[in-house]
Order: sequence, then structure tokens, then C-alpha cells
Amino acid sequence: MQLAGLFAQVLNGLQYGLLLFLISSGLTLIFGVMRVINLAHGSLFMIGAYLAYALAGITGSLWLALPAAVAGGALFGAALEYTLFRRFREREHLDQVLLTFALILLFEEARSALVDNQFHSVAIPAMLDFSVRVTADFAYSAYRIAVLGICLGVAALMFIGVERTRVGSAIRAAAENAEMVDLLGIDARRLHTLVFAVGTALAMLAGALAAPLQSVYPGMGDGFLIISFVVVVIGGLGSIAGAFWAALLIGLIDTLGQAYVPQAAGTAIYVLMAAVLLFRPAGLFAKG
Amino acid sequence: MNVPIIEARDVSAGYGASQVLRGVDLAIHAGETIGLMGRNGMGKTTLIRTLLGLLPTQGGTVLMDGVDAASEPAFRRARRGIATVPENRGVFAGLSVTENLRLAARPGAWSEQRVLSQFPRLRERHRHRGNQLSGGEQQMLAIGRALMTNPRLLVLDEATEGLAPLVRDEIWHTIRLVRDSGIAVVVVDKTVSAVLSLADRVTVLVKGGVVYTGDPQTLREDAALMHRHLGV
Ligand SMILES: Nc1ncnc2c1ncn2[C@@H]1O[C@H](COP(=O)(O)OP(=O)(O)OP(=O)(O)O)[C@@H](O)[C@H]1O
Ligand SMILES: [Mg+2]
Repeated sequence: MQLAGLFAQVLNGLQYGLLLFLISSGLTLIFGVMRVINLAHGSLFMIGAYLAYALAGITGSLWLALPAAVAGGALFGAALEYTLFRRFREREHLDQVLLTFALILLFEEARSALVDNQFHSVAIPAMLDFSVRVTADFAYSAYRIAVLGICLGVAALMFIGVERTRVGSAIRAAAENAEMVDLLGIDARRLHTLVFAVGTALAMLAGALAAPLQSVYPGMGDGFLIISFVVVVIGGLGSIAGAFWAALLIGLIDTLGQAYVPQAAGTAIYVLMAAVLLFRPAGLFAKG
Repeated sequence: MNVPIIEARDVSAGYGASQVLRGVDLAIHAGETIGLMGRNGMGKTTLIRTLLGLLPTQGGTVLMDGVDAASEPAFRRARRGIATVPENRGVFAGLSVTENLRLAARPGAWSEQRVLSQFPRLRERHRHRGNQLSGGEQQMLAIGRALMTNPRLLVLDEATEGLAPLVRDEIWHTIRLVRDSGIAVVVVDKTVSAVLSLADRVTVLVKGGVVYTGDPQTLREDAALMHRHLGV
């Protein structure tokens, strides 16, 4: 019994961590490449969740919501970068905070006007609405396993895209020195649009995946935004691999902490973040 | 041949309120080697950045192939055939040698294999990241990467600064080879003798203005000018 419970919590922690990775990988890329702090990133997560709620209501299933969140997120992110964020790239962080805070308010107002201010649950797709028997006395939600798999697949794609392709090396190069990228004849601004599109698509996908797990409600992105910033700091600003391991670590600490040492769970990750800032400011997993 | 690849006409430019360049004229034609000279802080890098489109003009015009380039951002000027080895080398520290080279690749005579044959040291280190290279290797990488774009014009800002004599020789050798292949070259360098022996034409900047433009031989014979403006 005890062991089965622990196993379930570990899986929950990993699944939560992987969702965190979807959100924080976009956040860290956008910061790394554009030096923009996007406080509205949590709102994009919320928009993805509400999109899932709306589409599930119309079509009766979540399945359409996932590609819609990715495609819609990419378009929405590209539009946001093109119209707003590229103008704020060279501005001070305070200006960026004001812009993105305004976006949070705007998105919340839009949600309130278009939907309402109630909690809504989203049904798990019928196909996955069962439990997988892992051992004699332990079963685990098939939907959660699917979320684990999708997130791992996306993480692998992200890693390959950023580390193994020419566009990925251009993105890493632009994060270091956008001017030099331009001098090689590559339009760094188009890379910014791409990064923003990908980051937004991932945040909205995370929202759509999370909708059946935690229902949708006003301000649901706020908690995720704060935890995602913790992930970004612990993983090292701009580092995809760092964000991956940090997200898993935070997911496990938070989930196991709340299950076994609830008194300390709320503060543990912030203590960890403070320690990283003090002793390894480049990130817990940074090389050298 | 008549229309310069890039040309500054009466160009003024600077940083915010401070004006650095004052009415500079400079034209670079296909296949030409230009030495851009002047003491520290006289505006050489500023002129190059203005030509490249990294710094806006405050007055005058920059033309590419005879057309006003004001609306052409830096990446488009680069794509039209200008490659740069900037003052700080601009090697991407987190990218491997191979990645640095491939990022720049555009079709033409200079391929990855040819660059690696030109700089065998880079071949040995092709998996190393930019920040794992020595200064000389970084400079070779910066030059090789510029060549990978197969430019019409190669701009080198202090490409031999701070390097060991043997490495300098290798870099001067490569610059000659590039020039002999018909690529136009703009070279900024503190080694006055090397620039004078390489360039078809030299331009000397003093406090953001041109004090001499012409053939290197005449400049070399003008001891007073050499001493006053180049410190030799
Ligand atoms: N980013 C900047 N902001 C303000 N002033 C600058 C900046 N860069 C250069 N300057 C000033 O512009 C003037 C010209 O500098 P520039 O770098 O063009 O000279 P340079 O001829 O390339 O010198 P060096 O031989 O030292 O490289 C100098 O007075 C310098 O202090
Ligand atoms: Mg200079």
C-alpha cells in the first residue's frame, strides 16, 4: 500500500514537472533569445485551458483541442511578437513588466467576458477514461500516462529542434549575439517571431492538457507562472536542458512534499531557488 | 566595376548625441582591397558599422550597388554579399566550430571542407565549442565563417589584434589568398606596414573625418602624414 502510494506520487510529480517544462521552456527561450520577461506567459496557459474547455464543449472531446492549442498558439504568439514584443525587446525590464502585466489584465477581462467567472470541469476523453493496473494493488490514470507521453515527446522534439537543427543553432546564436546573426545574413527578428510562436504554442498546449486534470478557472495561470519562473531560475536563464531537469525536480519536490511533508512543501522550492541564486546563479545544471 | 559594392557619401554618424563620423566618403568596388587606417578612437569601427547597417546615418547616404541602402537592414546587406569579421570576433561561444560554420553557409566556392582545409586547426577542433578555442582559433573561425557566406566583400576589423606572430602570419596569408581570389577586402589593422603592402587604396581617418585617400605608396612616402596620423 505504502509503496503503491509513493509510486503514484512520483508519477504525479513527474507528470506535473513535465507540464511545467512545457510552460517554462517557452518562458526561458523567450527570455534567453529576446531578453523579454513575459509575465503574461501564465495567461497563455490559461487561454489554452479555456480553449480546451470551449472546444470540448462544442465537439464533445478534448482531442481537437490539442492541435488547436498548438496551431492557434503558434499563430497567436507570432502575432503578439510581431505587433508588441519586438517593440519592447530593447526597452527596460520595467516597460516589459508593464506591458505584460497589462496583457494579463486584458486576457483575464476577455476570459470573463467571453466565458464567465465560474469553475468548469473538462471531461477526460472517453478513450482514456480508465485506469491502468500497474501492480496488483496499484492502478494509474490512463490520461495522466498519456499526458506524460505527450510531454516527453514534445520535450524530445524541443531538444532536437534546438540542439540538432540549423534553425536551432541560429536560435542559440541569436540568444548570444543577435547582431552577429544579422551579419551572417540571417534575420534575427524572424527567429524571435519563431521562438515566441513556439513558446506560446507550448504554453497553450500545456493548458489544454491540464484542463481535465484541474478544471479551468479564473487566474489559473498565476500559480503556474510563478512556479515556472522558479524553474527558469533553477534551470538557468535560456537553457532548455536546464529547464527540463529543473521542471522535473520542482514537480517531484512539490508533489512529494505536499503528500508527505505538507508543512514544508510551500516553501521548499523557494528555498531551493534562493540557494541556486546564491550559490549557482547560472543555474543548477549549468556547465562549469 | 564602375558601381561600388558599397559606398559612403558624405556620411555622418555616431552614438546618440555624440557625432563621430563627419562627412566621410568611401567607395569599395568589386575586387578592391581597401585599408582603413587611423589611430585609436578615430572612427574606423564606427564607419564599418555604419556601412554594415548596424548604425544609422545622421547625415549623408550609404549606397549598395548604387542604390540608397537606408531601408536595408544589416541582415539584408549581409545577404547581398558583405561578410564581416567584427572587432570582438563574434564567435558563438555555445556553438561548435561546425555549427558556427554551417550557420553562415551560402552556396559558392567556399565550402565547409575548403574552410577546414584552409585552417587545419579548425578541422582538429570541429567539435569544440567557440568558448573552448584559443584566440587564434577563434579568429580563424570568424574568418572561415565569413568566407562560408561566399561574399563579394570581406570586412575585417582588427583581425590580427592580440595574436601570436605565427597566427598573424597565417591570417595575413589567408587575407591575401581571399584578395587574390577576387573578393573585395576592407581591412582595419594596427600593423601599418602590413596594411600598406596589402591594400590597393588606403583611407586615413582622423577624428571621424578622412584626411587621406589614395594609393599606399604615396602615403608611405609622406613621412609627416604617417607620423602625425598613424604614429609611425
Ligand atoms: N557604443 C559607443 N557609444 C558611444 N561612443 C562610442 C561607442 N563606440 C565608440 N564610441 C566612440 O566613438 C569614437 C570612435 O570609436 P571607434 O570605435 O569607431 O574607433 P576606432 O577607430 O575603431 O578605434 P580602435 O582603433 O580603438 O578600434 C571614439 O571616441 C569612441 O569613444
Ligand atoms: Mg575599432
